[in-house]
Amino acid sequence: MNMVQAEELVYEYEKRDDEGNVIGMNRAIDEVDIDVEPGQFVAILGHNGSGKSTLAKHINAILVPTGGVMWVNGRDTRKPEELMSVRQSAGMVFQNPDNQIIGTVVEEDVGFGPENLGVPTDEIWTRVEESLRAVGMIEYRTHSPNKLSGGQKQRVAIAGVIAMTPQCIVLDEPTAMLDPNGRKEVLETVQELRKRKHVTVILITHYMEEVIDADKVYVMDSGHVVMQGTPREIFSQVDELKKYHLDVPQVTMLAEELRKRGLGLPRGILRREELVKYTVDLWKSRKNRDVKM
Amino acid sequence: MIRDITIGQYYPANSLIHRLDPRVKIVCTLIFLVSLFVQNSFLGYMIATVFLAAVIKISKVPLKFIVKGLKAIVILLMFTVVMNLFLTKGGEELVHIGFIRIYENGLRTCVFMAIRLIYLIIGSSLMTLTTTPNMLTDGIEKLLHPLNKIHCPVHEVAMMMSIALRFIPILLEETDKIMKAQIARGADMESGNLIQRTKAMVPILVPLFVSAFRRANDLAMAMEARCYHGGDGRTKMKPLIYRGTDYMAYTVTILYMIAVVVIGHFVAFKLWIF
Repeated sequence: MNMVQAEELVYEYEKRDDEGNVIGMNRAIDEVDIDVEPGQFVAILGHNGSGKSTLAKHINAILVPTGGVMWVNGRDTRKPEELMSVRQSAGMVFQNPDNQIIGTVVEEDVGFGPENLGVPTDEIWTRVEESLRAVGMIEYRTHSPNKLSGGQKQRVAIAGVIAMTPQCIVLDEPTAMLDPNGRKEVLETVQELRKRKHVTVILITHYMEEVIDADKVYVMDSGHVVMQGTPREIFSQVDELKKYHLDVPQVTMLAEELRKRGLGLPRGILRREELVKYTVDLWKSRKNRDVKM
Repeated sequence: MIRDITIGQYYPANSLIHRLDPRVKIVCTLIFLVSLFVQNSFLGYMIATVFLAAVIKISKVPLKFIVKGLKAIVILLMFTVVMNLFLTKGGEELVHIGFIRIYENGLRTCVFMAIRLIYLIIGSSLMTLTTTPNMLTDGIEKLLHPLNKIHCPVHEVAMMMSIALRFIPILLEETDKIMKAQIARGADMESGNLIQRTKAMVPILVPLFVSAFRRANDLAMAMEARCYHGGDGRTKMKPLIYRGTDYMAYTVTILYMIAVVVIGHFVAFKLWIF
């Protein structure tokens, strides 16, 4: 059974004019098919208004599809009686770190989810401690969240989700409001968790650098999934990506430009080390050729 | 001005009073406040003073910090004292200069009113100084729990209070940001009379409210995403459980109350007569 599976998912909402009269329907998501296997790291890319956040909210049953089905851990999100177990198995981290921390003390915020699930008091404490340790925030447990940096707040938010022992974590642009250091901090935490706890990770983002390690990438544009595949497959199609207002990582861009100028580089180079390796190889083979001649 | 108000501020320390159950502190504060108003003798207020001094000593909150909270009521205090002093009639006439007449009863009520007001503020700020806002809302929630039976949403109200407390610093920061942004656009907030300055607040309040609503929307979503579904079936990470010291505190406060009533009414009354 897949962790998350969307079958011809449609989400429509009413478009209204200034007086509040319905003037038509708007399709935020149009017949989208997605499947995520347990333990995978899946990235969903798209520029603003592409429907990627709307899709993310379906995984957590904050939004319910108006057409098609969304299966989360084998449960239909449309059924009200499944709501709590869907939300428990797919935790969600939002963009704005300030607007998702409920507690006035770090540990109380992490305990908020388990409290809602009705977990016994003793177990809440062990879960809180374990989750804070997992994101490296244990020394801040009695601090006020207001005094933390953006990256630290997001790590607390992640801990709050982990404390509910989800099988899957959905991160909806978790780094959009952070500085480069905070971004790195949050992404490293997520990778660490993936390795240690084997949770499925679904990352919604518009930063290309963040998806290089993904197992699978979906590209969304105006409610449709327009591209899907491994990061290498996606990033080798630089021109197509540009059509959807997305940029490839800088290294990929450089390699692509060099390739266009006639340098014998392969498509879809993702990392700086790769580019260095290929160019050095190229240079060596040329030198050998020169020597032979 | 806002900084002077110590009610609602928390003074972190590790004392017996800090560790008491918030319910105990709320109930005992109420008893103390009532004790100030049910009696009318110097002896009774002596006991109240001793009691209050002992609690302050145990709480480890510096007296300076508590007295700072009184600044906010200085005007109210002066007003009450002056009014009572000159307008209460009865008893022996003590001073008579022109139209100013001060009577014995006036002096008594004015002194008692001053003591009552000061102790009232000290007593209640001592409660908030030694209890975190969260514990306080927890305590109120637990104390008002019986109201659930008449369909009063006690848990929801307590949740709203603690969220409001969490967002006060965030919204203050935001106000500051908006203010700077509007000043940068040429808004003038310092000059003009009171009405003009109040009007100048509009360009700050409108964006602040818009952003507060947006935040509220986001927060509600985040709470739902973490399985929040009201107070039913919810467990507590930090449940309130009475311990030995809490029962002790109740006993001491009740004994104090009895002492005040008995001494204040009977003993003092007799002394007054003889």
